[in-house]
Parts: sequence; C-alpha cells; structure tokens
Amino acid sequence: MSDRKLQENGLAELQQRLVLLKIGVLVVIGLLALRLWQLQVRDGPYYRELAQNNRTRSILLHPARGLIFDRDGKLLANNVPSFNVYVELNDVNDREVLIQKLVKYLGIEESELSKKFRARGTLTRVKLKGGLTLREAALIESHRLDLPEVVVHPEFQRNNPQGPYAAHVIGYVGEVSEQQLSQEYFQGLHPGSIVGQYGVERKYDQLLRGQAGRKLIEVDALGHEKRTISVEKPQAGHDLYLTLDFDLQQLAENLLGEEAGAIIALDPKTGDTLAIASRPSFDPNALSRGLSSKKWQNILQDKRHPLTNRAIQGLYPPGSTFKIIMAAAALETNEVKMSETIQCHGRFRFGRRTFRDWKASGHGTVNLHKALTQSCDVYFYKMGHRLGIDAIATYASLFGLGKKTGIDLPSEQRGIVPSTEWKQQFRGEPWYPGETISVAIGQGYVTVTPIQMAQVIATIGNNGVAHQPRLVRGVRRRNTGKVETWPMAKAVPLGLNPVFVEGIQRALASVVSEGTARRANSPLVTIAGKTGTSQVVALRADKKKETPKQFRDHAWFVSYAPFDNPQIAVAVLAEHAGHGGSAAAPLARKLIEAFIKKTSEKTRLGQKRERPIL
Amino acid sequence: MRRRGSARNARGQFCDAYLLKGRDTNDERRYTFQGNYVTRSRRFDGVDWGLLGVILSLLVIGIVTIYSVTSNGQGGTFPIFAKQAVWMGVGALAFVIIASMDYHKLARLSYILYGLGLLLLVIVMFSGKSSRGAQRWIALGPVAIQPSEFIKIPLLLMLASYYATQTRSGWLYRVIVPGLLALPGFFLILNQPDLGSSLSFLAIYITLLLAVGVKSKAFGLVLLSALMMFPFAWGGLWGSLHDYQKERIISFVDPAYDPGGKGYQGLQSRIAVGSGEFMGKGLYGGTQTQFKFLPEGHTDFVFAVFAEEWGFLGAVVLIMLFLTLFLLGLDIASKAKDMLGALLAVGVVGMMAFNVVVNIGMTVGLAPIVGIPLPLLSYGGSATIMTMAALGLLLSVKRRRMTLIQ
Repeated sequence: MSDRKLQENGLAELQQRLVLLKIGVLVVIGLLALRLWQLQVRDGPYYRELAQNNRTRSILLHPARGLIFDRDGKLLANNVPSFNVYVELNDVNDREVLIQKLVKYLGIEESELSKKFRARGTLTRVKLKGGLTLREAALIESHRLDLPEVVVHPEFQRNNPQGPYAAHVIGYVGEVSEQQLSQEYFQGLHPGSIVGQYGVERKYDQLLRGQAGRKLIEVDALGHEKRTISVEKPQAGHDLYLTLDFDLQQLAENLLGEEAGAIIALDPKTGDTLAIASRPSFDPNALSRGLSSKKWQNILQDKRHPLTNRAIQGLYPPGSTFKIIMAAAALETNEVKMSETIQCHGRFRFGRRTFRDWKASGHGTVNLHKALTQSCDVYFYKMGHRLGIDAIATYASLFGLGKKTGIDLPSEQRGIVPSTEWKQQFRGEPWYPGETISVAIGQGYVTVTPIQMAQVIATIGNNGVAHQPRLVRGVRRRNTGKVETWPMAKAVPLGLNPVFVEGIQRALASVVSEGTARRANSPLVTIAGKTGTSQVVALRADKKKETPKQFRDHAWFVSYAPFDNPQIAVAVLAEHAGHGGSAAAPLARKLIEAFIKKTSEKTRLGQKRERPIL
Repeated sequence: MRRRGSARNARGQFCDAYLLKGRDTNDERRYTFQGNYVTRSRRFDGVDWGLLGVILSLLVIGIVTIYSVTSNGQGGTFPIFAKQAVWMGVGALAFVIIASMDYHKLARLSYILYGLGLLLLVIVMFSGKSSRGAQRWIALGPVAIQPSEFIKIPLLLMLASYYATQTRSGWLYRVIVPGLLALPGFFLILNQPDLGSSLSFLAIYITLLLAVGVKSKAFGLVLLSALMMFPFAWGGLWGSLHDYQKERIISFVDPAYDPGGKGYQGLQSRIAVGSGEFMGKGLYGGTQTQFKFLPEGHTDFVFAVFAEEWGFLGAVVLIMLFLTLFLLGLDIASKAKDMLGALLAVGVVGMMAFNVVVNIGMTVGLAPIVGIPLPLLSYGGSATIMTMAALGLLLSVKRRRMTLIQ
C-alpha cells in the first residue's frame, strides 16, 4: 500500500509539473506564432518581392542602335546579328566548374571570366562574350542540358560597313561601364547596355541608343524557362545624318596613309564638316565587338596613340599658319597698313637675341601681301613686337583659338593662346617680350588643334564670318519616321574690316600661285592657302644631317577653294613631315580637286550638291 | 450494442452494475446490465473524439500539401501523395491496435522491443541502404524502413516504465541510469548520421526527466557537468558530423550570406513562408515550392509549403491544431491512472512537440536545419507510422485512465 501511496505522491507531483509543461508548450507555440506574424505579416511584402525575383528572370532586350549615314546617304554604321553568350548568375551552382567548362568552350582566359562572374548589382544576367563564332555558339548550344545557366542570345552587333574609315568620327560602342552608369548622361541604362564610347556614337548616344525592352520569364529553380510573362519590345535608336562626305573622308585618310596627321575639310559657308581624318587610326568594328584586355592594353600603350583624334585633340604649334591671324590683328589695330613695307635681312634682333628668318638671305623689301606670300618671318616678328602679346591673344581668341570649336565630338582640346595673364596664372611668371616674337610666327607657347586652324581658314574664306563646325545635319526619328533637319550653326561675323579680309585673301591666293605653296597650285580651281612649318625642336644642330623623325617639323597647310566662291576649307597637318609647302600642301590640293570634281559631276547630272535627307 | 453481462467488479465478483472512476472527481462512468444489454457501450468509451478530429485534420492537411507540391512532374506511376496515403493507412492501423492494447502489457515488453530496435540499428550500420551520405534505411522489399524512427516508441516505453517503477529519487537513478539506457540508441542514430532523429530521440529522455523531476541539487550537477563536458562533447559531435550537416549549422548563423550556397534552404524556406503573407497564395499557388526553389517541400519543409499556400491564417490554424493536440495529450497525462500512463502521455507529447517546434523553427529560421520531419504532415512512412503509434499509445492511456471501484 505504501507503494501505491508513493505512486499517488508521484502523480500529484507530476500534475504540478504538467502545468509548467503546458505553459512551456503555450509559450513555445506562441513564439512560433509571433515569428510567423513577423515573417508573413510584417515582412510579408519584402519576402513576396524576393519570391517574385526568385521565379522571374528579367531579360534585357537590347535595342538596335540608330543608323548613321553620310551626307550622300551612304551607310556608315549599322547593326548586324551576332551571337552573344550570357550567364544567369542566379542559377550558377558551382562557379569553379562552370568557369572551367567555359574556358574550354569559349577560349576566354580564366581570370577574365571570373572577373565577369563577380559583376554585382541588380543585373543577374551577365554577358560573357559577344560575337561568338558559329562554332562556339553551336558548342554552347549542344551542351544546353549541361549548362542550363548559360544562354546564347542572338543580338545586334554594331558594325561599320565602311571598315576602318572615319573611325575617329563615328567612334565605337561598348558596354556601359559602372562609372558611366553613375553619370547623368547614362541615366536609365542598365549594366550591360551598349552605349557609344567614342566619336559621334558617344556624342549622340542618347539619340542613337534607343530604348531597351524587357522580357519577363518564369523559370524553375534550375533556370529553365517555363513561360514568358511579358515582353516589352525594345525601341530602335534614331538615325543620324552626318555632314560628312564619305568619299572625301576616305580620300583624306588615304592621303595621310600610314603617316601620323590630320586633315579637316569644312564647308566655310555652313560649318559642315566634310571630312575629318586622323591617322593612325583603329578598327572601330574590332573595338565595338569588344577586345580582350590584352589587345586593349596594346592599343592604349601604342606609342602612336591611334585612339587620339588628332584633328580635335592633337595640340601643335600653328607655325606660319598663325601669320593669317597676325596679319588680321596688325591691320585691325592699325599697327600696319597694307602698303607699308619693311626691310627683311633674314634676321631680327631683339634685345640680346637674334631671331632668324627661315630664309637666311632675307626677303628684302616686303609689304603684308609679300610677307604672307613668302611667309616672311621678320615681317611678323616686327608685327608681333608692335602688337604685343595681349593684342595677339585678343585676335587669336577672336578667331577661336584657345577654346573648343564646339564640333559635335567628345573630348575636344582647347589649345593655348598665351597672354600675360595666362602666363602669370599658369606659369607664375611674368611675360617676357622676347616670347612675343616667337608667338608672332606661331611658335612658343601657342598651340592649336587642326580643327581650330580649319575654322580659321574657313572664316577667312567666308569673308570673316565664322561658323561653328558641325557633324550632324539631321535626325530621323524612328518612332515617328519624321526627319528633323538641324539648322546650320549660327553665323558669327568677327567684325573684321572687309578690306583687310580681302587683302589677306588675295595674299593667300598668291601663296598658292607664286608663294610657298606652289605645290598646291591646281589647274582645276583657284586655291588660297597658307603653309606652316612648326618646329618640334627649337634649334637644329646640323642642317645637312638627316634629322631623326621624331624631331622633324610638323607640316601645316590651311586652304580654301574656289577662291572667289569658297566651298571647301581644308586644314592639313602632317606630323614630322617637314615643310608645309612640300608635305602638306599637295594633300590639300588633291582633296580639293576631288571635291571640285565631285561637285561639278553632280551639277552636270543635275543633282543638288547635297542630297536631302530621304 | 449487445454484450454478455460477464464483468467482474473490483473484488472479482460477477455483478450487473459497476462503477469506474478516473482521477478527476467527476470523471466516472457507471455501467449497468439490463439482461444481456449494457446501457452504455464500453468499447468506444474513452475514445477522445476531439483528439481524433485534430489528428485527422493534421493528416488531411499533410496529404493535401504533399499532393500540392508533388503533383506536377514527380511520382511516376505511384504518386507520392498516394504512397503517403498508404503510410497513413498503416499508421491508422497501428494507432487502432496500440490504442486498444493495454499500455502496461506494452511496457512489460519495452526492454525486449528496445533491444530489438538497437539490433535493427546495428543492422543498419552494417548493411543499411545509404542515401545522400547517410545510412538510415533497411530495405524491405519495395519499401525501406527507418529503424531510428521506430525505436523511439520502445525507448519511451522503457524509460516510462523505468521511472514508474523506480522509487529511488537520487540523481543516479533519475539521470544516469536511464541516460545510460538511452545512450546506445542515441549514438547509433547519430552515427548514421541522423542528427535530427538523434536529437528527437534525446528529447524523449529529457522530457521524461523533466516530468519526473530531479532533486534540484542533482539536476544542477548534471547540468554543470554537461556544460563542462560541452567543449569535449562538441568536439566529438562536430567531428562526427558530415560536411553538409556542418554547413547547415554554419548557415544557420547567416543564411543570407550566400543565397546560392549553404544558406540556400533556410533562405528559400523563409522566402516561401514570408511570401505567403496574411492570406496565402492558395493551393498550388506557392511559387517557391511549385518551381522547386525550396527543396524537400514534401518532407522536412512541408510547413513552408503550407504556410506559403495558406498564409499566416492557415499557419496559425495549423499550429493551433498542434497546440490543441499537445494540450489534450498533457490533459490525458494529468488524468492518467498511474505513473506509467502519465509518463507515456508526457513522453508522446514531448517527443511530438520537440519535432514540431524544431521543424517549424527551422522552417521559419529560428532553428538550424537539422532534418526533423513535421509529425503527421511530412512525407515519410516510418515517421508517420511511428507518430500514429505514439498517438495510439496516448489514446490507450486515456482509455485506461479509470479504476474499477465496484
């Protein structure tokens, strides 16, 4: 019976504990309910979004970029189909194994591949390689089951049907960089979007790029597409009509050949850029397709700087072409009269320094006309001395030196127009009068870009009325089909005395007919121009010896034609080519002749000089 | 219902009327024979219709959820939900058989049954069927049984009868001896390895220990020594875990760390539960599980599937069903005729509650993912049958709560 009693005691004790156990169960279940409330009610919307992202994949549909045409309607940039391979990062299980496989199939280096796998952000579909060969695409597709996370997409690839010509103008495209995405210009784009990275492609990217579409698909956990939820079609970019004359452009580039330099052809009456060539060049198709980092490094480290557009980024002393501005400045400030003559003995003494003329024996008695024709240095030394650096700077600025011309290309350089203020500000030194003498013949501190000199000569040809150079004359809107013709840049009269301008013009005609640029003399058309030879090294030790190439002078020739009714202004710069008269002038002549032939041919056929846009 | 009037009273005499009394003051039944008829049926007496209703509801929820996850694609000729229905049928049979048996008889067999269970575990160790790095099953024709599930019932019976007969209350007899009894089973299961089952195995022992109580001094000593042993035990335990188990435990710390890797299941499970929101996505509407982002949707993560489809509302109803089950079970324990019955009932509730809490806990990110199925809902023959048998034991305790008074 005592056993039974013990049992009873035990049971009573147990019952007390059972109350505690009940409370424990209640508390634990209550905690679970609380957690469920937290997950499902409080944070429910957050998890709902996660769940939606989980099962839906948003695929960016890249738009076709707008086409680019030259002024005759010749296609300069279009899009061709291409196979691009993507990886869906969400679906990657074993990164290492996948990378090993892809190295084998795609022939990309492992380090480069793993870099792409690291790409972060909202984008989960990362492009691994563009422009797959048919073999590579087939290889990936045949391993479809093995590689569910790897997708081959047929997409548009930017293509320049004219090959390497006009590379610096048209530019190339590439994936938008992370840094670019943070800029306002690239707002609304997604990582992986193709944007213009150079040239017109870059400058007018907002017009050309179009609007990306999106495809929403539902996938299972392995990433296999189950169904399409929605498709928002991409919108192609707008078409661009350039002022460029591709025939001239091609010729200009061929004229430069393998030598470094730049040729610009402008329409002086409108500012239309007919040709803008820079050598050495690059293959825009290769760059648009995407280079391996090694090849890219090679281009960046190339000593000849093929990626530099010398026409707008190359900074050179203008040499004797600067004398045009000197002449205008001296006349406008009444420091000299057209008829005034000075004596040139081949040297100009200033203080303790002697400045020599290029012609050691001197030019004898020279007035302004002869000084320009013969490119007499002494005459302009004196003009420089009379004007002083600040007056020179005022007129150089008036002609547009020291500032961007505003041509519609990115990364244009300004050049330097030195003045007392400039030197104090940038060099922290006072201006020495002797330095003015060098500037007077376009040496010393003064540097210009070829496009600036093209604008200067176009302004002179256009009777002192400047136009901002432009590259685009119209746009065809893809959504409406409407063509917008962009008006030419506003004419800016420089306020020069027409008599003086005419005097300079006549002198420039003589430069070609009897002066330093006789090799530019053409039987087809009257050309006016000015040669320039800008020194790379100040003093040459021995004139008889062959100067090493990198120390040879840059050759300049700026010109316009026809003399009485200018239709084309051409600036030629040939790096390290020697004298302007021998190295640059013939190139300009050939270009001008080709242009004149083409226009007269059009006139004969009854065509308008300029083909209207559509 | 007809019945021959041949019952004996407490004194062993045949009589026409007798009285049964439970431990509660009002809990009594009086039976009188009128001729050959009894006024009240004894056969279904003590059958707890509330308990049966809760169990049935849980089973239905389970099979519907399993059907929802597995209906597309999986299953082949014999779909998974149909298999589960078969297991439930077998489980119901076990439930009825055990409920109708006297738990004292079962308790008398407990040591033999436990020994048999250990034998099976040893067989598993040597010739078990392995899958995913763990050797847990014994192939029996077309089916594979999991002895680690079945041995829980002999363990419960054994420990309950041990405590019920053990009158000495020192910590040696309360803690050490029963602990030593449980230890071989625990290690055999851990060795498979099956962390989840071994933990729920341990939970039975701890529940009973809590129920009988230990003199606080002795229990404190055990706790202290356990804490002191922890680094060593952890070293051994950690070393014996498989890589995937380690990863699961690591990933519990920060599941968002790598969504494609270690914390995947936990994160996907939380997304499934959370995205169900208040009202749920409806049957078959669970995108997380339908598109297989959440693996094991029909086994360990069945709760996530249910919570995604039925939302907070459904999930709360489900845990309330479990709560009702536990409270009913504890009520049975408190009304049990004797210590053995009470301990059995507490043990069943403790074992189930541990599984439910840990399973739901790991689904909602409160516990590490250790691979414990949700009782009555998760797919799995052995676990379902074992749970049903345990519930049968519970009902058996209830049915036999009364003592014959006259």
